[in-house]
Order: sequence, then C-alpha cells, then structure tokens
Amino acid sequence: MADQAIAKDPEKERRKIKSVSKMKEIMTTYYIEAKTARENGKKVAWITSGGPVEFLIAMDVIPVYPENHGAMIGASKMGVDLCEKAEEMGYSRDLCSYARTDIACSITNGGPIGGLPAPDFLVCCNNICGTVLKWYEVAARFYNVPLFILDTPFIHSTFSEASRKYVVQQTYEYIAFLEKQCGKKMDFERMTEVSRLAVQGLRLWQEVLDTAAHKPAPMTAFDAFFHLALIVTLRGTQTVVDYYSQLLAEMRQRIADGIAMVPNEKYRLLWDNLPVWYRTKWLSDKFSSHNACLVGDTYTSAWSGVMDLIDENNFIETGAVAYSSVYINVSLDIMFETLKKLIKKYDVDGLVMHSNRSCKPYSLGQYDLQQMVMRELKIPTLIIEADMVDERSFSESQIETRIDAFMETLKK
Amino acid sequence: MDALKILKAAAADPYEYGATIKAKTGKKVVGNFCTYTPEELIYAAGAVSFRLFGTKEDISLADKHLQSYCCSLVRGGLEDALRGNLSFLAGTVFPHTCDSIQRLSDIWRLNAGFPFHIDIVLPVKLDTLSARTYMVDVLAGCKTDLETALGVQITPERLQHAISIYNDIRRTLGDIYRMRSADPSVISAGDLYHVIKASMIMDRDELLPLLNALYAELKAGAKAVSLNASPRVLLSGGVCNHPDIYDALESSGAQVVWDDLCTGTRYFEGQIEENIDPVEAIADRYISRMVCPAKHLNVTARGEHLVHLAKVQNAAGVIFLFLKFCDPHSFDYPYLKKFLDEAGIPNILLEVEAQLPADAQLRTRFDTFVDMLN
Ligand code: SF4
Ligand code: SF4
Repeated sequence: MADQAIAKDPEKERRKIKSVSKMKEIMTTYYIEAKTARENGKKVAWITSGGPVEFLIAMDVIPVYPENHGAMIGASKMGVDLCEKAEEMGYSRDLCSYARTDIACSITNGGPIGGLPAPDFLVCCNNICGTVLKWYEVAARFYNVPLFILDTPFIHSTFSEASRKYVVQQTYEYIAFLEKQCGKKMDFERMTEVSRLAVQGLRLWQEVLDTAAHKPAPMTAFDAFFHLALIVTLRGTQTVVDYYSQLLAEMRQRIADGIAMVPNEKYRLLWDNLPVWYRTKWLSDKFSSHNACLVGDTYTSAWSGVMDLIDENNFIETGAVAYSSVYINVSLDIMFETLKKLIKKYDVDGLVMHSNRSCKPYSLGQYDLQQMVMRELKIPTLIIEADMVDERSFSESQIETRIDAFMETLKK
Repeated sequence: MDALKILKAAAADPYEYGATIKAKTGKKVVGNFCTYTPEELIYAAGAVSFRLFGTKEDISLADKHLQSYCCSLVRGGLEDALRGNLSFLAGTVFPHTCDSIQRLSDIWRLNAGFPFHIDIVLPVKLDTLSARTYMVDVLAGCKTDLETALGVQITPERLQHAISIYNDIRRTLGDIYRMRSADPSVISAGDLYHVIKASMIMDRDELLPLLNALYAELKAGAKAVSLNASPRVLLSGGVCNHPDIYDALESSGAQVVWDDLCTGTRYFEGQIEENIDPVEAIADRYISRMVCPAKHLNVTARGEHLVHLAKVQNAAGVIFLFLKFCDPHSFDYPYLKKFLDEAGIPNILLEVEAQLPADAQLRTRFDTFVDMLN
C-alpha cells in the first residue's frame, strides 16, 4: 500500500508545526558541518549548554554540545545501552545519564550520529552543575586537549561584587585562551555583531515561548523542548534569528487561526526540570487525553530568562553576570520567584515536576519548591520520579497511575 | 592512656560532646560539612568549628525534603538538624563543594532554623590567579559574616593566634600519622580514626594539649621500623563515618597505613604561612593542598597524587571508599583506578551508605582482597 493511500487525519495535520522540517534541516546541516570540520580546516570546541558560545562563534570555531548529544541519545531511545557501557567502564549508575551516555559514545562511536566529532579544546561553564566539571575533565583526559573552565559562583542570595569581578576576569582569560587555541586575535567588531544576534535570538525565543500564554496554547512544552536545540547550539548566528522569526510568525498565525496544540485544552500545566526524552510522546499523549496541555516549563526559558542582564554593546562585562544568573545556578528561594512568574504568566492550573535522578542540582530541593508552590500559590502539584535518558528509571504503570490521580484532583 | 580515652569518648558521641561545649567554655559551636571550611576564622571569632557526619539512624524527616538519590551524608545531616539533634549549634557554614551540598545549604537555611547560616561560595578551580583573588575575597567576606553572626571582631592578633593553633594541630596529626605509618603497632587504625574525628569537633584549646600528650605517649612506645608484616593499604575517598572498616580490615590481615580522605589527610595536610596576610595565607593552604574531587586543579592531579601516596607509604593496595550517590568521587573513580592499575597497585571499590554492608559480606570482600595482596 502506497503511503499516499493512508488517509491522514486532517485535524492532526492542521495542528502540526510546519517549521519543524526546517528545524531538522538546520540541525542536520549543523551536525554535518561539525563532523566534517577538520576537512574544512575548522576547529571544534565542546561546550556546556550554559556556556558562552558567542565567543566561539565570533572566532569561527564550531561549537558542539555533549548535552544536546545526550538529549538526542535519549530521544532515540539508545540511552540504556550506552548507560550500561559507561557502567562497565566503571562510571556509577548514579551519575548523570547525559554524561554517562556521552562518555560511552566517545569510546564506542555509538549513538544516533556515531559519536560527536573529537574536540580541539573544551569549554566548561559550571553554571548548570558540578557534573559538567567532572565530565569535561574526563573528556580532557580522553582526547588529551586543553580545557577552559569558566567558574560561575552559585547565587544563594545575591551576586557579590567579588563574584562579578571573578567572572569578568575569566571572560578575558577565556578570550586569551581562544586566541591561543585558534592562533588569531579576537575580532571585537565581530564579537559585537555576534552578541547582538545572540540577544536578538534570545528575545525571539522568549517570544516564541510566550505565545503559549495564549489560550488555547499554539504550542506545548514538548514543542519547546524540540525547538530548544537552536538557541543552545547556534546562539549568536543569523540562522537562529531567521528560524525563530519564522517560528514566531507561525505561532502567531496559529493563534489567529485558533489552532491549539492540544485539541480540547482545558487544563494548563507547567513542567519543571529536563524532559523525559524517551517518553515525550507518551507523556504528551497522556496529558492530552485528559485535555491537559503543558504550556510552559522552567527548562527551556533558562537561557532567555536572564537576557535582560545583558548589555549587547558590552557583552564581555555583562554576559558573564547573566550566565552566572541562570535558573539552576540560584537558590531555591530565587527559583521560586521565577516559578511564581511562570505560573502567573502561563496562567496554569497545576505544576508537574520531573524528579530527575540524573540531575541533582535541578532536582534536589524540588520537594521544598513543591511545598512553597502549594502554600503560596495554592495549585496542585505532581512529582514524577524518572530520569531524562536512562529508561531503567521509568516505571510506566506507576507514573500513569500518578498522572491519572493528579488529573482527577485537578478536575474536581 | 588518658588522652586517647578522652579523644575517643568525644568521637564516640559527638553530639553529647557538642552539647557540653557551650556550658563548659562559653564558646559557640559552628557546624559544617567540609574540609574547605575556614576553621581558623571560626576559631578567631571565639567559636568552635564542629564537623557534621550525619546520623546513621533511619531517615524520616529528611525524606520530606530530599529524594532517595542523594548521599547519606546530606540526608543524615539534614535528618539530624530536623530532629533537633544539633540544637547546640549557633549556626552553620556551607562551603561550596558538590551539587548536593549546594542544595542542602538552601534546604537547611529554609528549614533547620539555626540562628545563622553562612554560604562560602569558593571557586571551583584552584589553578589560576583570578581564582585565588576570588578565594581571598570570599574568605574575607566570610570573616565579616562571622563577625556579624557571632557579634565579635576578628582582630589580626586573634587570627594569627588561630592560625598558629591550627598549624600545631595539623602538624601533630601529621606526626602521629607518620609515626603510625612507620610502625602500625603504636596505635590501631580504628583508634587513629577516632583521634581525627575528635580533632574535627572538639574545642581546639582542649584538643591540642591532648594531641601533644598522645604523641608523646605513642612516641615512647614506637619502634623505628614496623615489625608487622601484614600488607599495608591505603584508603581513598570522601568521608568515612565507619570506624568498623578499620577493624574489619585489620582482622582480614591488612593494615590501613595512610589515607586520602576528608576524614583523614585532607583534613590536616598543609601548613598556613604565619608571616603574611592571614586571609591570603588561609587561601594559599587550600590552593597548595591536594584538591578534593569537587575542585579542579588539573585533570590528572589526583591520579598522580594517589599513586605517589601509595608508593611513598609503601602501600600494597588501595581501597576506594565512597558514599553511594556521590558524584565527584564516582566520576574520578575510573581514572584513579586506571592510574593505580597502570602502576600495578591492586585496588577495590567499596560503596557505602549510612550502614555498612553486612559483616560477613564485608569480611569476604576484604579477605579476598588481602589474599591477593599477600
Ligand atoms: S547534571 Fe544536570 S545540569 Fe548537569 S549535565 Fe547532567 S543534566 Fe545537565
Ligand atoms: S559525599 Fe559526595 S555527594 Fe555527598 S556531600 Fe560529599 S561530595 Fe557531596
């Protein structure tokens, strides 16, 4: 039977985001470029998702993100196999599954894209966790390449003057490091241009996310997870600006046309923590079946949440402060302030928290946040115990029961 | 041996001891979880730095705040605080180390209800000049915070005095360690563990004379070279809150002669220079001391250090001792193991939680390992 013969559900087709194919195309081109960098005389740097990629773009270095790689591995359900390989290598099962799978890929060239291109050097910014520091040390030993660490002090209450001085100073050290690795000087005009594009990209991304505040929402957090890759990976390029402009236009059109992502959106929910990559479809269907839509999340806005701190004409001095202030580099009380804003902005009826075994800085403290939300905002909350990549930590029946029970309380 | 008896009594029941400090000396007690705690500043502020190890009892209250995938030190520590076991603390300081401690600090601040709470957000890398400058700034900030919290002024004289006391304590602990390494029969490893533990909680003015007395007593009985032929082993890892491990190893026929633990050499290694700016001098000790795995020096420093230690201490094998769910230590394990393997030094890994594995199981593992060393 030919494909065309299968009658497509026109309602479903109408709800699909059309820009998706373009996004896939951009990511494919990007990975091909990264994998052929060496033949084209370009340098490759591995960088953490929260790291200041703008400087690499300005220096014409191709940035590669092991965390995005981890997400791809998770989404293609190859996590368990690679996790087990890492465990055989001696890495405890209790470590971050992005790190475990990526480390295993370095050795085996496994995974959905046959491993990442080897780095010429590494850039690790610890504004997301202490795990990346250890993970990049592993990579630095394995590939025997230089490692630059941008140390962004955690913010328990306020960002001190000492911290500000420290991160700004490190930004200059970062530039010097890049100049040495690339054997050329930083072009500061180019850097200003890249900063401008980065901020523009962040703004557009935030606007895209904001469209979900509309009732019904034209997109869900699951769509945001998918589209996040660009702002992480290619921030500071025209490609990002163009793509998000297109996506934003599409979202606005959907609002105008009354197209909702979840057909009978009745309950609006906020998601906390990283996605459960191997189960996004299942979770999305599950919530939809209850007419519930995950309209927002704390994860995909982590990058744009701090853009107001950036002065694009003085990125060097202000960027590092912004980078230090991202969502998981701050205390629980500061996180709660952000949560409150998101809950109001998206006007949600409940909060779903993914307690993610892999990511301790994101997950430890969630129980306290949950209490704060219930006490102050009086909305129901649900905690799902799982893992972002390692499917062995996902118990379908248990989670299904919990979601059903949660939705029942919400419906009351 | 009176000194040893007093030290062991304090270590055996730290909370009992902690609760009497205030009444006996009038000093306030400041809790902490880490060897990166600038204890000299606490001492100079007239208070006692008190290391927390976490309860080994069942966790019930901490479960409401922490998921199951968090190390027993963090869970046990919080449980203690919430149960009121630490009501003798005037406050706590939290040096930044791992992700779990970082979140514990928030949870603690929001729930434990101690009069003061100080975060010490130290640099994570210790190999650059700007990190050193930042560390000095942070320590100076910590000094001000302590002054406010404890209502005292930390004068340069008091700080110099604190540094010299701590130097004496650390030197003496090192001397005792070295003496025992030469002749393990002077004191059992389990007893030495209690000495270290006591050193982390006792009023340091009471502690130092006891350590000196102990050293003198031991020295009188020590032989220059060990006559003990049991294989010498070294422990490497984070905190050890299990004195039984030392005994179990001993009965399997091995001698723990040295360690690379938070509750061991990492606590007392390195002296603070006495004739320069005291805050900078404190920072310099952290920078020159071997890092813990939550801090960065360079990518092979810990591996080289471990092999070096094993060689210098003439150790036949290494036992890795980690708390389950400890990220920094678990990440370093494969590489440290590789370094040891390449140097031909046998090693095993023991992952523990609040409770040790069953006696028989532990014995079998140790017996097998020790057989291999013989
Ligand atoms: S520990 Fe969390 S923040 Fe860090 S790399 Fe893993 S998932 Fe990302
Ligand atoms: S044992 Fe490991 S995880 Fe636990 S507090 Fe220490 S460094 Fe952190």
